[in-house]
Amino acid sequence: MRLFNPLKQDRGGQLFLATLVLAMLLVPMLNLMLPESSPFHISTYTITLLGKYLAFALLAIAVDLAWGYLGILSLGHGAFFALGGYAMGMYLMRQIGERGVYGNPLLPDFMVFLNWDSLPWFWYGFDMFWFALLMVMLAPGVLAFVFGWLAFRSRVTGVYLSIITQALTYALMLAFFRNEMGFGGNNGLTDFKDILGFNLQDDTTRIALFVATALMLAVGYIVCRAIVASRLGRVAVAIRDAEDRTRFVGYRVEYVKLAIFTFSAVLAGIAGALYVPQVGIINPGEFSPLNSIEIVIWVAVGGRATLYGAAAGAIMVNYGKSYFTAALPEVWLFALGALFVLVTLFLPKGVIGLLKRRRAES
Amino acid sequence: MNSLQNLREVMRRDRVFDFMLQTTGLEVDLSHGTILYLEDVSVSFDGFKAINDLNLYIDAGELRCIIGPNGAGKTTMMDIITGKTRPDKGSAFFGQNINLLHLNEAEIAQAGIGRKFQKPTVFEFHTVFENLELSMAGDKRVWQTFRARMEGSQLDRISNVLEIIGLQECHHKLAGSLSHGQKQWLEIGMLLMQNPKLLLVDEPVAGMTHQEMERTAELLTSLAGEHTVVVVEHDMDFVRSIARKVTVLHQGSVLAEGSMDEVQNDRRVVEVYLGE
Amino acid sequence: MTLIRIFQWLLLVSLCTAATLVNAAAVASDDPLNSAAALLKSSSFKDKSKAVDLLSAHAGEQAGVVLEAFLDNRLYTAKADKRLVIADSRGEAYAVTDALTNEDLGRTAKNSLKIITLNNSLRRQIREALALSDLRHPDADRRLAAVNQLLDRPAAEHAKLLQPLLEQERDARVRDAMQIVTALGALTSDDVRQRLSAIETLEGNVHPAVRNGLAKLQRNAQDPEVLKKIGKVLESIESKLQIYRFIENMFFGLSLGSVLVLAAIGLAITFGVMGVINMAHGELIMIGAYTTYVIQLLLPDNIGASVLIAVPAAFVVSGLVGIAIERGVIRFLYGRSLETLLATFGISLILQQTVRSIFSPLNRSVETPAWMSGSWEINSALSLTLNRLYIIVFALLVFAALYLVLKKTSLGLQVRAVSQNRAMARAMGVRSEWVDAMTFGLGSGIAGVAGVALSQLTNVGPNLGQSYIIDSFMVVVFGGVGNLWGTLVSGMTLGVANKFMEPWSGAVLAKILVLVFIILFIQKRPRGLFPQKGRAAEG
Repeated sequence: MRLFNPLKQDRGGQLFLATLVLAMLLVPMLNLMLPESSPFHISTYTITLLGKYLAFALLAIAVDLAWGYLGILSLGHGAFFALGGYAMGMYLMRQIGERGVYGNPLLPDFMVFLNWDSLPWFWYGFDMFWFALLMVMLAPGVLAFVFGWLAFRSRVTGVYLSIITQALTYALMLAFFRNEMGFGGNNGLTDFKDILGFNLQDDTTRIALFVATALMLAVGYIVCRAIVASRLGRVAVAIRDAEDRTRFVGYRVEYVKLAIFTFSAVLAGIAGALYVPQVGIINPGEFSPLNSIEIVIWVAVGGRATLYGAAAGAIMVNYGKSYFTAALPEVWLFALGALFVLVTLFLPKGVIGLLKRRRAES
Repeated sequence: MNSLQNLREVMRRDRVFDFMLQTTGLEVDLSHGTILYLEDVSVSFDGFKAINDLNLYIDAGELRCIIGPNGAGKTTMMDIITGKTRPDKGSAFFGQNINLLHLNEAEIAQAGIGRKFQKPTVFEFHTVFENLELSMAGDKRVWQTFRARMEGSQLDRISNVLEIIGLQECHHKLAGSLSHGQKQWLEIGMLLMQNPKLLLVDEPVAGMTHQEMERTAELLTSLAGEHTVVVVEHDMDFVRSIARKVTVLHQGSVLAEGSMDEVQNDRRVVEVYLGE
Repeated sequence: MTLIRIFQWLLLVSLCTAATLVNAAAVASDDPLNSAAALLKSSSFKDKSKAVDLLSAHAGEQAGVVLEAFLDNRLYTAKADKRLVIADSRGEAYAVTDALTNEDLGRTAKNSLKIITLNNSLRRQIREALALSDLRHPDADRRLAAVNQLLDRPAAEHAKLLQPLLEQERDARVRDAMQIVTALGALTSDDVRQRLSAIETLEGNVHPAVRNGLAKLQRNAQDPEVLKKIGKVLESIESKLQIYRFIENMFFGLSLGSVLVLAAIGLAITFGVMGVINMAHGELIMIGAYTTYVIQLLLPDNIGASVLIAVPAAFVVSGLVGIAIERGVIRFLYGRSLETLLATFGISLILQQTVRSIFSPLNRSVETPAWMSGSWEINSALSLTLNRLYIIVFALLVFAALYLVLKKTSLGLQVRAVSQNRAMARAMGVRSEWVDAMTFGLGSGIAGVAGVALSQLTNVGPNLGQSYIIDSFMVVVFGGVGNLWGTLVSGMTLGVANKFMEPWSGAVLAKILVLVFIILFIQKRPRGLFPQKGRAAEG
């Protein structure tokens, strides 16, 4: 198995994957086997929360692949994430069927509300799970491909690229807010009932979703690790550090960028698709530029160009977010803002970098 | 009249349409013994003519030195050959068959033109070994690069080059931690790994000690023959030590060409270098 | 039996006589006010209409007062003495005056009054009557308003009515308006010749009434010559209107563009000249807007002056915050532009939350001074709102000032030197750290000034900055980084493009299309509209 070879030297990755496997086994067990009174019992609510964090971790890995290794600071990964989420949301929407408020077997509620008489063409096929899964990958993938093709070919780099990825997200957000787009406008897609015939409110479904997310995170990590450990990964780093030189050595820089950027977008889309059934809603707010920048700070906090650091950063920051927004809502934005400033000033290599340095010193 | 001319061009029977010509992946054709043709090339930046009707021919296997005062257009000429700058007019051919103006930097590199920059640029966060690995000639498409594995012959080639450039000891060190001279050597090593037909070397000995300079001279002369080497250099002693044929550039065009002695005795060259 | 019959008969006769007597008295009375008053008390709307006619024919001051009161439902009869009175509600009671003599009758309860009702046709009649009386008003503006009112309901009678007035009229505007009314009246005349000449006089007039009148005639007229003429005139009016609509769109576009330029120009300095990505730029704009708000709170009685004071104040406040950001964070990150982007984004979050904590998350509205509200009416089809006009002028002034600072002052010289070659500038003795701080302060200060302008257009809230930051970046990138002229041209272009697309695409879609356009444009010309050229730019 060549895919696993790179893991042999990857101590952090081994630890990360081991933790993941442990979580996959332990979390469902603690939920199902222990009574609710037990102090070690993990509630279904917590499991869903953890599942959400893991989806964010996958998203962070995708961003790290593009930013940490390829040097593309994408402020548009929130959009890829949301597109994947919308694709999944459309499937879940079609699954509601006649159980909607208006009881229309074909049209989702918001379309009935808007007096539409037929399903728009782009909603066709989403009643089939495999098609939805395909779209989860294709929608962000194609967007990233087209956008990347244009941008990388004309050598838009650095902050310029960041800014236009942000403009892209912003444009998409405005578009999805429009009712005429056919994605539920302001309210987005919600009130989901079941997935593949399983009730989304059931504990077992939620556990299954958690395990699926953890599994996907592990797979995503292994593939990303395989990429960065390959010669392609080294070319990516070469592009990050000296783009022109890489070109004169004979690599088609734009193709390398395009391939990795598109893959990263697909990964983000998958993360979005795992996120939506767990939180039960997807709306245009997911496209907001703030979200995309937040992802970057997860990666920065964890430590970029490490992959597992990005995942850890996503989980840490989101845990902090959950804690603060519940306990001290006014403080959260201060904390997040301060995090941005402090990490860039004092922790350029993130928490993982700090740990590595500690280890090297001792 | 112009359109008639164009039409005539289209109707010519002795040529294939441009768009039907294969532009990439060609083996360079050296049947006429000339590896590089630059004809009537001009380029200007904001009205300043950096290259002005330049005509330059390089023979296959030759070691050519190009000298000239600052602003003579030496680096711009290299930029044109390697595809970094597009000329306003003129043509640039690699051998008989490869039109350099149709290719981008990566394609030109793959066609067999390697370049060493004036300021040494290496991949700072890669080890010396990895720097050489990345430069190695081979299939550089995305999927093939992803699947690439190191073969024994390639390992041999890398250790061979490491030996040539004298960096065996520090092959696992990050390139960013090397000294200026070592970086120069590493870049020459990267050039060797590409195994190009034509090497463009921009100021190879800047920042080198005298001994290193001698070794570089030795290396470049040994490369000539099998490869074609074009050296741009300011250091006259170095040029004298390696040059067989020297071209003097001035204000974007060729001022004089010949052996070092001929060039040095050329009145115009003396004027340019020393003033009236 | 007979006795009763006789009594009944007598009663009937006496009643009839009484009624005739009242009528006779009213008709016979010399004073039209009195007779009108009597008619008004009748329950028949026909009588009331006659009363209005009487009142309007009688041009006296008091007639107008009565009519206005009637129109406003303030005209009553006092139940006690059947007097015609005007009553104004004063809480529980009504203040009553005699309608005919204006005599103060003190206060009375509501139930002692009976309102004189009116219907829609009466209302219209009164309005016209009032307009007619206004037509003779000494104030030219009142006369103009009255004529314009007639324009809304063109009729042949109006034309006749205005004919004598037209000859006496001295004010050109009123004359023009009167002529339109006369011509519109003549349109309905039976004489073809008269109609044709009327159409001719209306040529090129853009008043909506003219267009409606002509269109109506076009539907009804049979005469081919008239139809042809109307077609031509309508066409010329239409094309004129199109030009005005274009001018109006252009104006809206330019004013939106000015807002963009104001928001972006500070960014053009920090991003273009210093290469620093300042994501907190929008929040510096917001701080400028809040400075305006605070100054208005301090000077509640002097809104006009407060806005003028706010301009330098906002410059200083935002500038100081900017310098603090530069000294505290950005100077450690020069050369690492992506990190700067992240750090300044963090700062923007902190600033937003600070403002939210201090001022509440709700939007605050800043008052517009009197001299900025209202509009400049060029003609009946084109009027430009003053606040937008001022914004355009203001943006150009700020641009000119900034341009002069960069070109003519020693600070500008040093800024340009540092931006072109930091090391060389330092070697020449330029204190590059000081220049950095000053440049950043300047860019931030301009952002604050932009905030003052924005506070006059929208509500001031903690999210104000966020909505402008992406637009601002787009303007700078589109114009070409490091080029002030580029920012001006690109801001104006984007503003105008946005406004011209809005009518057929809607505001949101127009914005999306502009964003997509810029994204595509950057692919074609990565260095913007006005790129910096040459070898230096390549590096």
